[in-house]
Amino acid sequence: MSEQEDDFELADLDDKELVEQIQDDLYDGLNDEVFEGVEILLGRDWDANDILGDALVGGMKIVGEDFRDGILFVPEVLKCAGAMKQGMGLLRPILANSSVDLSLGKFVIGTVKGDIHDIGKNLVGMMLEGAGFEVIDLGINNPVENYLEAIDEHKPVIMGMSALLTTTMPYMGVVIEELDKRGMRNDFHVMCGGAPLNQEFADAIGADAYGRDAARSAEMAQTYAKSVQAA
Amino acid sequence: MPLLTATLPHNSITGASGITAKSAAPKRLVLACGALVYELVELIKHNPELDEFIDLQCLPAHLHNTPQLIAGEVDKYLDQHAADYQSVFVAYGDCGTAGALDTVLEKHKAERLPGAHCYEFFAGAQNYQDIVDKELGSFFLTDFLVKFFDRFVIQGLGIDRYPELKDEYFKHYTQLVYLAQTEDPQLQQDAKRHAEVLGLAYRYQFVGFDGLAPATALDSIKVQHVPA
Repeated sequence: MSEQEDDFELADLDDKELVEQIQDDLYDGLNDEVFEGVEILLGRDWDANDILGDALVGGMKIVGEDFRDGILFVPEVLKCAGAMKQGMGLLRPILANSSVDLSLGKFVIGTVKGDIHDIGKNLVGMMLEGAGFEVIDLGINNPVENYLEAIDEHKPVIMGMSALLTTTMPYMGVVIEELDKRGMRNDFHVMCGGAPLNQEFADAIGADAYGRDAARSAEMAQTYAKSVQAA
Repeated sequence: MPLLTATLPHNSITGASGITAKSAAPKRLVLACGALVYELVELIKHNPELDEFIDLQCLPAHLHNTPQLIAGEVDKYLDQHAADYQSVFVAYGDCGTAGALDTVLEKHKAERLPGAHCYEFFAGAQNYQDIVDKELGSFFLTDFLVKFFDRFVIQGLGIDRYPELKDEYFKHYTQLVYLAQTEDPQLQQDAKRHAEVLGLAYRYQFVGFDGLAPATALDSIKVQHVPA
């Protein structure tokens, strides 16, 4: 972006331009600008859900597509996620106090045992929140017991497992087997994701869905949860 | 993708053929990760008779940071060259390919190094597992990664451009484990400094590079251990 283009006030933009600008700023990982843009839309009495969907999730979808196409890389995506977090920070309390329940239900998510990597998982969590889920994040290095406890406590619509290492991803199969043994396998949807995974692996361990990236995972989860609500 | 052969220490190989030249007689192709080339060259240097039988070629070391590309690059190279050799050995572990590399190797009837990655075959599977079991948040470096830390870790992860991401990447790591191939005081000092940069405790373990032995194991030659 040139210096000349930089020389404007966000508040001078009309709504459509401002949403596009927030998406651009999110893409560029500009935390303060995204925060300011969201603040302005709230000041114009925009619904928090619309800001989340149009400006933030909309922006992250573009980021996700460019990551998939090799235009953006992990460091840039992390910067974008940081900017989205800024905007979410403003919206979260408003959404929590909203009288209209737009929740698609609970999504329990965690990195599996032996794995301490959570960058991808956190990104998925943020997109899920943006998509309308209440996200229960179990963090890293989760043995099967942690998933079972969380399922028992939260009764999720979907459970998601993440792994970055080829040495830890088979543990997802262990968790699914345990769910099966306990007769819980069909009580909720099971999704899996992580850099070394693919659809073939997800099929082999008996997962319901494989999310190849954060945006796609959130879309798939949303579609499933809406189908459950409609049934 | 260009090969790194032009940057290899050509003169360090004894014999006239060098590491990129092929003799008339069919040989074993060792297609290696660029991050292993120094050790493989040392191994061949220490066992000059291997040079008669092995053509060492390598793919760019930066594939270490993009494991999803490894299987495709190996496949492409072997499609073009495997037929020129009696046997093919791929000096990679699984290296984050989640079995995709093994599928390619099956196609070309090639073998690879055992284990998930270089940390495992350098350290030995049990030793590696013991380290991880004791401290899950272990971040490993080899000689190569100590030497090229800035390129592969700092630049590779974008920390040079966005220093604030360092904490995001390393927040769950607690120690840097330098699995040394050589006993080099300078590298040890560098590794210690890298640990400080990342805010991690430092641990050193000399493991040598016997873990690479399967790459040069030939029935006809007894390969000598390279002393530290």
